[in-house]
Amino acid sequence: MKISEVIKILDCKVFTGEKDLDREVELGCGCDLMSDVLAFIKPGSILLTGLINPQVIRTVEIAEIFAVCFVRGKEPTEEIVNMAKDRDIILLSTTLPMFEACGRLYYVGMMGGYEVSR
Amino acid sequence: MKSADELKTATSLTSAKDITRVQELVYEMKVEQVMAHDVITVDPSLPMSELRALLRDKRISGVPVVKEDILEGVVSIEDFIRYLAEGQPNCSVSERMQRKVNTLFDNDSLVRAVEEFDRLGYGRFPVISRNSGKLVGIITKGDIIRGLLKKMEIDYHAEEIHRYRASHIFEDIIADKTTLIFQYKVFSRDFNRAGETSSGLKKTLRRMGISPQIIRRVAIATYEAEMNIVVFTEGGEITARVTPEEIRVEAVDDGPGIADIQKAMQPGYSTAQDWVRALGFGAGMGLTNIQKCSDEMHLVSRLGEGTKLEFIIHLNNVFINAAAHHN
Repeated sequence: MKISEVIKILDCKVFTGEKDLDREVELGCGCDLMSDVLAFIKPGSILLTGLINPQVIRTVEIAEIFAVCFVRGKEPTEEIVNMAKDRDIILLSTTLPMFEACGRLYYVGMMGGYEVSR
Repeated sequence: MKSADELKTATSLTSAKDITRVQELVYEMKVEQVMAHDVITVDPSLPMSELRALLRDKRISGVPVVKEDILEGVVSIEDFIRYLAEGQPNCSVSERMQRKVNTLFDNDSLVRAVEEFDRLGYGRFPVISRNSGKLVGIITKGDIIRGLLKKMEIDYHAEEIHRYRASHIFEDIIADKTTLIFQYKVFSRDFNRAGETSSGLKKTLRRMGISPQIIRRVAIATYEAEMNIVVFTEGGEITARVTPEEIRVEAVDDGPGIADIQKAMQPGYSTAQDWVRALGFGAGMGLTNIQKCSDEMHLVSRLGEGTKLEFIIHLNNVFINAAAHHN
């Protein structure tokens, strides 16, 4: 699924990566615990999270994730935005809560890492 | 064109895991990277009688009609034949051109371009700048194939250079046993810098040409070890030792030490305070993650003294193979 489609489905605001909206995300992962993200996320996933701090960017950098969508209307600070820019990470924000945001993407066919690894 | 079929196959993703380099590239690369920039154009006022000579001299079958850089239409050899057949008096190309023209944008991905070639069956598309609306180029299927081949060649060379470096680091050093040591200081509770060690080590290993799967495992385990030092201790040091056989990472801190190692190793067990959890850590998965990513893990801790965590990731000869490849 293209990032641009994710933006439409979740009605996202875009903070970084406007040029890369044609990139494809294969899988979705909804998670607030960064250790769980490190343990379970597959490269090429989009991370949906309610957590908003610089560690989110560090974590996705290490886990090779290039797209993050903050849920519940949380918007990244300038510091977070700049960190994401430096690392070519796409930052989005949706007003939807975590459950609905994940549900919408799952409903249109985006899979999770667990299903793929089975 | 046979290659166009191959391109089509390349762009129809069969499974998420099966992505070839070409498939990656058609998503990554933009029309502007492969299109021809020098476009032959004509002014709307050009007489039809002069069109034939232009098409013949330039060996093209059609030409964009442009006024002040804005595309007004396309006039082709077909329009010229129809004009001759109808026996009309001479007129300007603007009266005979096709005004409805399918175009691509400069920042469209190549996968979109391939879809359009496939859907409409045209030989070429004028390319319009999404910002200025002006005509900036023209693209054919041949341009796409040439662009992809060129990019793959460049990537191939880059990969070769990587391997060259990786192999020579160890080959050029004359010794019975060679170990590269990278040391990093980790500061207590400094969340602005937390993650810099693993990020730095990751970049270093990448420059050495170590395989991405190995790097990912080292980076994740190191990040967890680094966060543990930042969150729980008074600061410490992370040392990575790289040999052709393995990467050995040691994370040492000055305390306070782990009271119950067995408990600490249980997934989900954590002594983290709320402020740590608020940062997304302290879920009790750190040591479990490190164990999962490494081939060996050793943890020694003394209350009041400190903790030494060591994990090893075998290189399974990937490194040596890369070196042998060049001999």
